[in-house]
Amino acid sequence: MRLSNSRWLPVMVVLAAIILIWYVGAVWLNAGLVEQRLEQTGKEATAAEFAHIAFSLDRPVLPAPHQVAREFYESVFTRDITSPRSLVYHAEITGSATLVGFALGTLLGILLAVGIVSWRTLDRSLLPWIIASQTIPILAIAPMIIVVLGNIGLTGLMPKAVISMYLCFFPITIGMVKGLRSPDPLQLDLMRTYSATRGQVFRKLRWPASVAFLFTSLKVAIAISLVGAIVGELPTGAQGGLGARLLSGSYYGQTVQIWAALFMAALLGMVLVALVGVVERLTLRRMGAKP
Amino acid sequence: MKGGVLAVAAALAGAAGSLVLLADALTPGSVPLAFWALVLGVTALSWIGLERLAGVDRPRWIGGLVVPGLFGLLLLYLWQVLTVGFDVPAVLLPSPARIGHQLAANAGLLWQDFRQTFLKSVLAGFTLGSGLGFLVAVLVDRSPFLQRGLLPLGALVSAIPIVGIAPIMVMWFGFDWQSKAAVIVVMTFFPMLVNTLAGLGSASEIERDLMHSYAAGYGQTLLKLRLPSALPFIFNALKINSTLALIGGIVAEFFGTPVVGMGFRISVEIGRMNVDVVWATIAVAALAGSIFYGILALVERGFTFWHPSYRQEQS
Repeated sequence: MRLSNSRWLPVMVVLAAIILIWYVGAVWLNAGLVEQRLEQTGKEATAAEFAHIAFSLDRPVLPAPHQVAREFYESVFTRDITSPRSLVYHAEITGSATLVGFALGTLLGILLAVGIVSWRTLDRSLLPWIIASQTIPILAIAPMIIVVLGNIGLTGLMPKAVISMYLCFFPITIGMVKGLRSPDPLQLDLMRTYSATRGQVFRKLRWPASVAFLFTSLKVAIAISLVGAIVGELPTGAQGGLGARLLSGSYYGQTVQIWAALFMAALLGMVLVALVGVVERLTLRRMGAKP
Repeated sequence: MKGGVLAVAAALAGAAGSLVLLADALTPGSVPLAFWALVLGVTALSWIGLERLAGVDRPRWIGGLVVPGLFGLLLLYLWQVLTVGFDVPAVLLPSPARIGHQLAANAGLLWQDFRQTFLKSVLAGFTLGSGLGFLVAVLVDRSPFLQRGLLPLGALVSAIPIVGIAPIMVMWFGFDWQSKAAVIVVMTFFPMLVNTLAGLGSASEIERDLMHSYAAGYGQTLLKLRLPSALPFIFNALKINSTLALIGGIVAEFFGTPVVGMGFRISVEIGRMNVDVVWATIAVAALAGSIFYGILALVERGFTFWHPSYRQEQS
């Protein structure tokens, strides 16, 4: 109990501080709107009333945490999950594009890494370009991919998945190349004394050695994959998805809705990364790693 | 080596010949089979050349610069020949020559976008966000309690799609570059915070004991031991942030801008189906991103020359 206390207490204190700052910020940022409203009604307000109005505005500059929490609760639990007003509906659209793109990206990333490790020519010619392309704001081409793929009849989930795939194969390739090369010369020499073929060295030494690296990259990749899916929903005026929800919220000035969608996106990201973490722990345990 | 150079030279000649043919003698879309045989020959020859050159270990620049450079040229060549040869509609994928043409024709416009997005929002946001992250890390470093509170949150934040705050920032700070810079500040703050904290903790116990035995105070230990040993981590964060900042700046512009900026250009020209202008903008963004990263890498080399990863290269 003491141990868990010492671990969670600092996090809780910091979180509480953030929420406190948020409330103060909500009063401060909404002050203009509140004064406007008070002027219209011609009433004087005490400090408590002032804060109360600031926390219950329809379209506040910064909604108070409990307003966001209420909107989040209502749009997650009280609405039918097939209705476009439900956040679960949007999260499911974005989440499925994320996962499809993530799966494709993982496959592509691993294939590229295997190719790079196996052929010296690919290593020398392709790897520098893959590394260089990490410095490029790839997300900028998201709108183009959406429109171009829409032009040849691909709409809905696939274009977003393509963007996610494109974003997330880089970290996987880089991580896997590192992992496949991680066995040290001693181990490789041992395999040679067993007269192992290249395929056997790959299956029994390189592949198992790369698994830890793979999962580290997968956690990065799934987070980027989600960003890709959300950004993919921005330019087309998509009807569904967290990105579309953000965009419609910003068009109509529905700040509470934007914040609720943001929290859903954050939650989705954490859940996805945590899922990869669970799979990692199970896999590593089966491979005999010490917990 | 000699065979490789010969093969590459032959491939280059063949490529030049086929490009001239394509430009002057052939109509796009109905290209004879013999031409594709030539293209296939050029590809095979360059592959053989690359394979030979990739085996060369000295001088180092052959493996490090020439091989990837030639590979990039090969990709560009195939892109050009295939898009023109099969008459791919420019809406799907414009040829590199068309993109280059647009790049030259719209240089003034692209420069204005670059100035708005890169010189204003990205640089301001990057400096402010990274600087704040660094300062907070140095301050928090004195309190283990705050550290244990902030580090798990910092790790959580990396799973969050922060670009999503763009619409809120646009509401708060208006359409101009300030709102984009604000998005970038939030995006770059946490990687810097987490990395600097990890870096400040990276000095070993023995080194700290040594500083202690010199009776060095907190400030001296920080300046002479812990900040230098944190530099590789800090530069790592700066490099991550350079890409994040550019992404943040461009994506935030999708939510509303004055009529200038790279993100604005991309979303507007896509609406008009001017895909080649979009590609030109992306080329500018790619170039800006690589140069930004390259400069950071050079500065890093100057500051952390003592780090093992550089020492090994020279020996």
